[in-house]
Amino acid sequence: MSTPLLQLDDVRVHFTLADGLFGSKVLKAVDGISFTLEAGQTLGVVGESGCGKSTLARAILGIHPPTSGRIWLEGEELTGKSRRELRPYRQAMQVVFQDPLASLNPRMTVGEAIAEPLRVFKPEMSAADRRGAVRRLMDLVGLLPNQINRYPHEFSGGQCQRIGIARALAVEPKLLLCDEPVSALDVSIQAQIVNLLMDLQQEMGLAMVFIAHDLAVVRHISDEVLVMYLGRAMEQASRDELYARPQHPYTQALIDAVPIPDPVRERAKTVTLLRGDLPSPLAPPSGCVFRTRCPRAEAICADSVPGLIGSQQGNSRVACKFA
Amino acid sequence: MSSHPSHLLEVHNLRVRFDTQDGEVEAVNGVTFSLGAGETLGIVGESGSGKSQTVLAITGLLAGNGRASGKVVLQGRDLLTMRPRELNTVRGNSIGMVFQDPMTSLNPYLRISTQLTESLMIHRGMSRADALARAIEVLDAVHIPDAKNRVHYYPHEFSGGMRQRVMIAMALLCKPQLIIADEPTTALDVTVQAQILRLLDELKRDFGVAIILITHDLGVVAGLCDKVMVMYGGQVMEANTLDAIFATPQHPYTRGLLRSVPRLDTAGETRLQTIPGNPPDLMHLPVGCPFSPRCPDVESRCQSERPMLRYQEDDSARACHRAIEELS
Repeated sequence: MSTPLLQLDDVRVHFTLADGLFGSKVLKAVDGISFTLEAGQTLGVVGESGCGKSTLARAILGIHPPTSGRIWLEGEELTGKSRRELRPYRQAMQVVFQDPLASLNPRMTVGEAIAEPLRVFKPEMSAADRRGAVRRLMDLVGLLPNQINRYPHEFSGGQCQRIGIARALAVEPKLLLCDEPVSALDVSIQAQIVNLLMDLQQEMGLAMVFIAHDLAVVRHISDEVLVMYLGRAMEQASRDELYARPQHPYTQALIDAVPIPDPVRERAKTVTLLRGDLPSPLAPPSGCVFRTRCPRAEAICADSVPGLIGSQQGNSRVACKFA
Repeated sequence: MSSHPSHLLEVHNLRVRFDTQDGEVEAVNGVTFSLGAGETLGIVGESGSGKSQTVLAITGLLAGNGRASGKVVLQGRDLLTMRPRELNTVRGNSIGMVFQDPMTSLNPYLRISTQLTESLMIHRGMSRADALARAIEVLDAVHIPDAKNRVHYYPHEFSGGMRQRVMIAMALLCKPQLIIADEPTTALDVTVQAQILRLLDELKRDFGVAIILITHDLGVVAGLCDKVMVMYGGQVMEANTLDAIFATPQHPYTRGLLRSVPRLDTAGETRLQTIPGNPPDLMHLPVGCPFSPRCPDVESRCQSERPMLRYQEDDSARACHRAIEELS
């Protein structure tokens, strides 16, 4: 078997927070995530706010180095490397953020913004070559050549996201981390960006980690899906498996809760609502972190943390004693 | 459209203009609709469609540089020509508002009890004790557990979903006939959104309150509304009953919007259909139909002449020059 592009083994990101004068509390933002991602594939990461999906992306990028666990990119271990040592790997991993306008420098023109990563990672490139590369990138993401000297505020959200994508692709990464890349966009623009990402992935053989709270978008774009809750993996399965036969009660509840844009189907749906709210991540429930809201929870769920194991039905992996 | 006795709210040819440094912005153009008692209307649109400005104009809450014209008749009285003091009474007694972000709509320094009893004492002249009893009653109605004690909490002591319940409770306080909810679930997680939508549905049934729900999410509309109005570039593109909007959309924009939504219930192998182009710039709206630059069915007339919103016998309406049969 070839080396996977990205591999995570039991990655944990814990933050220690001061609590009062002497005490401290540990926030387990990411707690034991493992997966492998092959070149050209997309892993969707879903979960609600506070589930650790963005922290996971930051751990992969080395912004918040993992507290424990190991990360490999193309077989090279990233964990344990210094910032300087990480630099060449950063080129291979690029990010697209949620708020396209906020992630662009308002005082840089589109051309400058897209050229910036080239200047940083490919200083040997001549100015003329760089201009050519910027034009090609703009064309690739559907921006017009005459927009090269405009500033971000002159663009709509969807166009700014295209600029962000062009910037990320400038240094020919192998892995694109997309953190809620379409949640700030209007419905009609969302579809454009999702299609663009899928096209680019095909053309360039990119692998993607696609983080989103919108299960429908994730279904559209992903090959594999990881469902997170309070820092832990609840379920990990192939896209079709996960949506056709969700095994974990949380996955089921998440899918059930998404309103369907079809009144007839929406009326026919019977939804079991989850009780209550997300518990404080500083004091997660013992045992299974989901048990306080789980419709199937029993006394034994409080005893020990369920491991992520292969389910009896199909080939998904589920962290639930009853799946 | 003539005045109808059973209508709770009638909006006729509502226009909203903003004076800005860069010139006049036409935010809302000729919005016309009516709402019966106990009915739920969904207003769907993307950013800049004018959906929020429409309801802000209805409630007289436009920003200082905004001007509304047309007619907004609530229970026989035109709100646009009312004096501020009179309008305040109407807002306090007949209309409840729920906004997107409950944290910015609640005062962080005041206990929920203070914020809930204030309007009862002002608008209804209730005593503090009676007002507090009513406050606890509405918190119960929106399923805040242990309302008796939690009424004295501060906003930060509630989670996002609970805060939105408090906002809804606040809107219910004076037993309004109409609740206007502007993106009430957009800031919430999907499982909490499902809880809030269930709650709104309950209120509709139990209290017979009419709801105007503003959202960009067609799924949210599908679960809750009786009628739907689709807006784009400040204009109503189409209005119809819920089922008709989804089953037989009659406007190119509605059709495009429905096709471009990724759906959980259909397989995801195919490409999403998109509406090409970008949302309209309200400073520079096209002379003709605001959707014409992105419309697949555009013809020359669409670019020169703005289509009027025309209501049919069955209370459906569309603003489009093309005949329904001609649409792609």
